[in-house]
Amino acid sequence: MALDRPMAVASTLRPLLSVRNLRVSFALDEGLVRAVDGTSFDVMPGQVLGVVGESGCGKSVTMRAILQLVERPGRITAGEIHFRRRPPNGGDEDSAETVDIARLPPRGPVMRDIRGGEIALIPQEPMAAFSPVHTVGDQIVEAILLHGQRWQEGGRKLTRREARDITVGLFRDVGISMPEQRIDAFSWQLSGGLRQRAMIAMALSCKPRLLIADEPTTAIDVTTQAQVLALLRDLQARHGTAIIFITHDLGVIAQMASYVVVMYLGRVMEEGPVDDIFHAPRHPYTRALLRSIPSLYGETRVALPVISGALPHPFNRPPGCPFHPRCPDVMTKCPGAVPSLQPVGTSQLASCFLHHDVVDAG
Amino acid sequence: MSGTAAASSPPLLEVRGLQKFFPITRGFLQRVVGHVRAVDGVDFTLAEGETLGLVGESGCGKTTASRCILRAIDPTGGSILYRTRDGRTVDLATLAPRELLPLRAEIQMIFQDPFGSLNPRMTLLDNVGEPLLVNGMGNRRERADRVAELLRLVGLRPEFMHRFPHAFSGGQRQRIGIARALATNPRLVVADEPVSALDVSIQAQVLNLLLELQARLKLTFLFVAHDLSVVRHISDRIAVMYVGQLVELARTDALFRRPQHPYTAALMRAVPAADPRVRSDDAILAGEVPSPAAPPQGCYFNPRCRHAQQRCRVEAPALREIAPGHFSRCHFAGEMEF
Repeated sequence: MALDRPMAVASTLRPLLSVRNLRVSFALDEGLVRAVDGTSFDVMPGQVLGVVGESGCGKSVTMRAILQLVERPGRITAGEIHFRRRPPNGGDEDSAETVDIARLPPRGPVMRDIRGGEIALIPQEPMAAFSPVHTVGDQIVEAILLHGQRWQEGGRKLTRREARDITVGLFRDVGISMPEQRIDAFSWQLSGGLRQRAMIAMALSCKPRLLIADEPTTAIDVTTQAQVLALLRDLQARHGTAIIFITHDLGVIAQMASYVVVMYLGRVMEEGPVDDIFHAPRHPYTRALLRSIPSLYGETRVALPVISGALPHPFNRPPGCPFHPRCPDVMTKCPGAVPSLQPVGTSQLASCFLHHDVVDAG
Repeated sequence: MSGTAAASSPPLLEVRGLQKFFPITRGFLQRVVGHVRAVDGVDFTLAEGETLGLVGESGCGKTTASRCILRAIDPTGGSILYRTRDGRTVDLATLAPRELLPLRAEIQMIFQDPFGSLNPRMTLLDNVGEPLLVNGMGNRRERADRVAELLRLVGLRPEFMHRFPHAFSGGQRQRIGIARALATNPRLVVADEPVSALDVSIQAQVLNLLLELQARLKLTFLFVAHDLSVVRHISDRIAVMYVGQLVELARTDALFRRPQHPYTAALMRAVPAADPRVRSDDAILAGEVPSPAAPPQGCYFNPRCRHAQQRCRVEAPALREIAPGHFSRCHFAGEMEF
């Protein structure tokens, strides 16, 4: 059942990361919150995957699960997270080992190797992510020394001096001017844009195979955002790193992602190539979301089409399809069964009874 | 619609040369060693029933300017001429606190954070009724009736008035904040980033509510925000700020059709288009916003401007009218395409 989803998309390539029917729950005194409720998606090598959704859709919890960072009382209750690891000693891709991250102990040596070393995270708030009592340079040097084998093929440990030189190079790479001076700055001495660049340098410091960017530009201004997005696009083109780009900003998704996953209340509503998602959305939620944003071209001072109602409270998850109470196309069977994610058309997948009758068995 | 009204009747609000400096102090004696010129040169008028959008990046002084108009802080210089309900014109910038008191009911504010701006220990009745209480309007019975009416007005059920804010979602809380701002029947409402903390699907609901309330109650909005597409959607006219100065002011359509300041143009280009077929990555604005404590010589925008010339580095441009109602603080406005 776990791998029942048809591999309609890019079946020739093997995914770098494959999430299958992932469930993460938080057991609170007031009840059980199913933050991620049967999510499946793939990330191909070198792909920029955009994950969109509003607050409470489970996008951030999914990413924490991929890094085995879900905190108590949260727990991965079901599903698999297959990750293809870096081939040992620079061998070819066929010798790469695939592990199920969901089964790995969070504090075990394998997970510690993967976290930061092979999958890196760019968090939303760089101010909160850096320690204020260590210089940004020291924090990056520490990461490089921890995962030092990425830089030294001979198996020799890197010296602090070498790690520092690498950090200066990284700073230059992400467009920080005067890197030799900035490396000794504390995070609170840097502007928002520089801090986010330093964070990107830290994430890249161990040459990850997969980069998770969790709302990396939400806390910064629009002109700085444009700079950071251009930087990420450029780094992606040069290094071919796969990126999972999480955001609620549809403009950012349109400009960054090649493939898009739309989430709502812990489930994937629709996924497909970026052009299809924006120009031929199949799921009523995707359609409504796209209509409700004011654009720079539309008519002004008129009522925007809205999605009626509010996001339900996590304790009151609607039965059946999670979107049905707000859906303009709701049918009689929607409250009774959960639609499964199925191919619709040639390139998209949607979980909606408008397009198929397949009920999710989980 | 209100642009024509602006010409015929005197404006509701006229801001002239508004300044707000914050002292930088140093040492044991707190000696003043300089000033942060948070707002230094803001001029605009606001007609009754109009929405003026105030945009700019963080630190540009848009919030400080709006707080000066509310007299939440005292401006350093300039005048804020306000036409009261009974037809007098007063300068809010210099009015004594006692004289300001009766005007407080006429000018209200909607806050950004729907979680921080409501008292969690007060029911909706008390939260929304508080402005009525402090302005001495009505007894408890009348206040409850008014709160019920306000809740209905913003699309909430009157029965909710005995609940506490924690029972409501972000979008609902923002509606509660709007109800509170409208409690005293204000004429001017300053909304500081009222939708930026809300989810995309909720944002549209609140924008629609603001438009509907404005039409119904003849409200005048000063809408402070950083999101250009939101500001464009709701505003009749838009004022763009950069390092404490107003750099461009125009009707919304004119501003977007042909921006007359290179900063406005750069700001528009930086907004990622919500369409993968439109690639919006040409000519990114490099560099960073200068500190308002030590702004550059000449035009404040010159170090980042791709059109900058020698004149821009030495001579500070003044805000001037390029076309009727279209103001720009650029030496080359009207001569160049930005």
